[in-house]
Amino acid sequence: MDDETRALIDALVADARESPADLARQTGLSAEEVEARLADLEESGVLRGYSAVVDWDRTDETGVEAVLEVNVELDRETAYDDVARRIAESPLVDTMRLVSGDYDFEVYVRAGSMGAVSRFVSEEVAPLPAVTSTVTHFAMETYKERGVLFDDGDDDDRLSVTP
Amino acid sequence: MSDETGSEAADRSDGTAPPDPADSVEGSDQSDPAEASDPTGEGETTAGDRFTAADRVARVPPSGIRAFFEVAEAHDDVVSLGVGEPDFSAPWPARSAAVASLERGRTSYTANRGTAELRRAIAGRVERYGHAYDPDEEVLVTTGASEAVDLAFRAFVDPGDTVALPTPTYVSYEPGVTFAGGDPLAVPTYHEDDWALTPEALAEAGADEAEMLVLCYPNNPTGATMSADELDAVAAFCVDNDLLVVSDEIYAALTYDGDHESVATRPGMRERTVVINGFSKAYAMTGLRLGYALAPPGAIEAMTTVHQYGMLSAPTTAQHAAVAAIERCDDEVARMRREYDRRRRYLTARLRELGLAVAEPSGAFYAFPRVTDVAPDGDDEAFATDLLDEVGVAAVPGSAFGSGGAGHLRLSYATGMGELKEATRRLERYLDGR
Ligand SMILES: Cc1ncc(COP(=O)(O)O)c(C=O)c1O
Repeated sequence: MDDETRALIDALVADARESPADLARQTGLSAEEVEARLADLEESGVLRGYSAVVDWDRTDETGVEAVLEVNVELDRETAYDDVARRIAESPLVDTMRLVSGDYDFEVYVRAGSMGAVSRFVSEEVAPLPAVTSTVTHFAMETYKERGVLFDDGDDDDRLSVTP
Repeated sequence: MSDETGSEAADRSDGTAPPDPADSVEGSDQSDPAEASDPTGEGETTAGDRFTAADRVARVPPSGIRAFFEVAEAHDDVVSLGVGEPDFSAPWPARSAAVASLERGRTSYTANRGTAELRRAIAGRVERYGHAYDPDEEVLVTTGASEAVDLAFRAFVDPGDTVALPTPTYVSYEPGVTFAGGDPLAVPTYHEDDWALTPEALAEAGADEAEMLVLCYPNNPTGATMSADELDAVAAFCVDNDLLVVSDEIYAALTYDGDHESVATRPGMRERTVVINGFSKAYAMTGLRLGYALAPPGAIEAMTTVHQYGMLSAPTTAQHAAVAAIERCDDEVARMRREYDRRRRYLTARLRELGLAVAEPSGAFYAFPRVTDVAPDGDDEAFATDLLDEVGVAAVPGSAFGSGGAGHLRLSYATGMGELKEATRRLERYLDGR
């Protein structure tokens, strides 16, 4: 990856709402080049989407988040990808990864209630033939998400003018 | 003045009543030690002062940056581009190494020159700049690069020696030379040359007669770096005229157009150069106060003589952090550098769109635009004050960095992208309104 493309991605990771003009200023590319590179990155699947980091606890929406550990047993006909696709398809699943360690899949779920999460696990995950066990962890507090700290920000204690 | 205050003042001059604590914190929520020495009109009631500063101290004027800081602090809603230190915190591994060292009770002095482990790590690290320094004989760990700069002057400048200082440059060199009894000699550098130092400018200023030259590239306040050719030419001038060189390379890790090059790697230069670097900028460790000097054994010996009596050793906790910084923080440094680079491009692009001339800043975290074209009187201090008063943007007037900085403004991009956007929006509003 060249330096401009890296800078383009860094800038979007920091703030996906940067305008093409500001992206151009930050990367040294022209606004047209920025548009063209973004189109390439989207087409090749490097840029998969742009989304907001939301602290739902500060809204009046109800909802819960949970992390599921899922263990599977594969056979000749079933690969990790097949099981993963089934589970990831659900609109309740936010993030899903195959991980190393004590279990196979780590699944982040967001739903309207604890009941909805439980039903998702018992009716859509556990019954899959390959799934041997699940453990559900409900999230109690979010401190940081995708690089964004959920605190009150500004703790800059530097003097305003220094050499 | 009320009776009550009057009697309190009388009590105090008797030394019988403690000063009202409310007085001493009034109007200041910054814990800045320099504040304490600032006469605030309360002088009448304090108990006399028999001290007169020594001539070489009295000769040094108060810092222009300090003065401007006080003006800025008095304003609300200021977006500051006036900060000369990173807005990041020290990388986590460095912080946790400091904490771990405290937990293990490592709170004694270290060897005068710094721990052997840190000196080895430093010697290894600077190989990337083409340096080879012996950790036992040629490395001295100091309390910030600031101490290393001071040591170099105190160790090698005799009263009456001339020390050539390119201008504009970092604010500490001129006072440091004066404190050591030397005579500072200003060597102008120019916006038109992208602030590069040239042999012509050196000769013109009479630096061929000087004993020492101080270099600071990447430069604070201009952000300038020197190209390989420019460095060759300055090095040849130093060899031809037998100058010692103090090269403050504290921003070496923050270059954006190619890798940093050190003047000490040029032919004939190693034996006459003290290279200074530190952890404040690259590793965002300003408050940990750690720097170092690299020089031939005799030079390190002389600097250590001053250091061992004046300082004993650099902060121990910081030395533990520094080893971790060198060994485990490259990714973090690279991430910060990429972020500075994006801000740098953003800021220069915006300044140029606003019609301000700015030489390409290729290092450190400063841009140094010319404001004479938009400040009718051409006065950078008036411009900076007006900018602060009108739209609440703090930036340091260029003349705070010496006569060569007049007519310019130092804008630091060691601040978040959001603040940079807001500051340039306000600058635009200010320029439109003139
Ligand atoms: C060029 C230069 N040298 C030295 C220093 C001081 O560094 P330290 O924190 O290591 O004392 C600074 C800090 O602003 C600087 O800009």
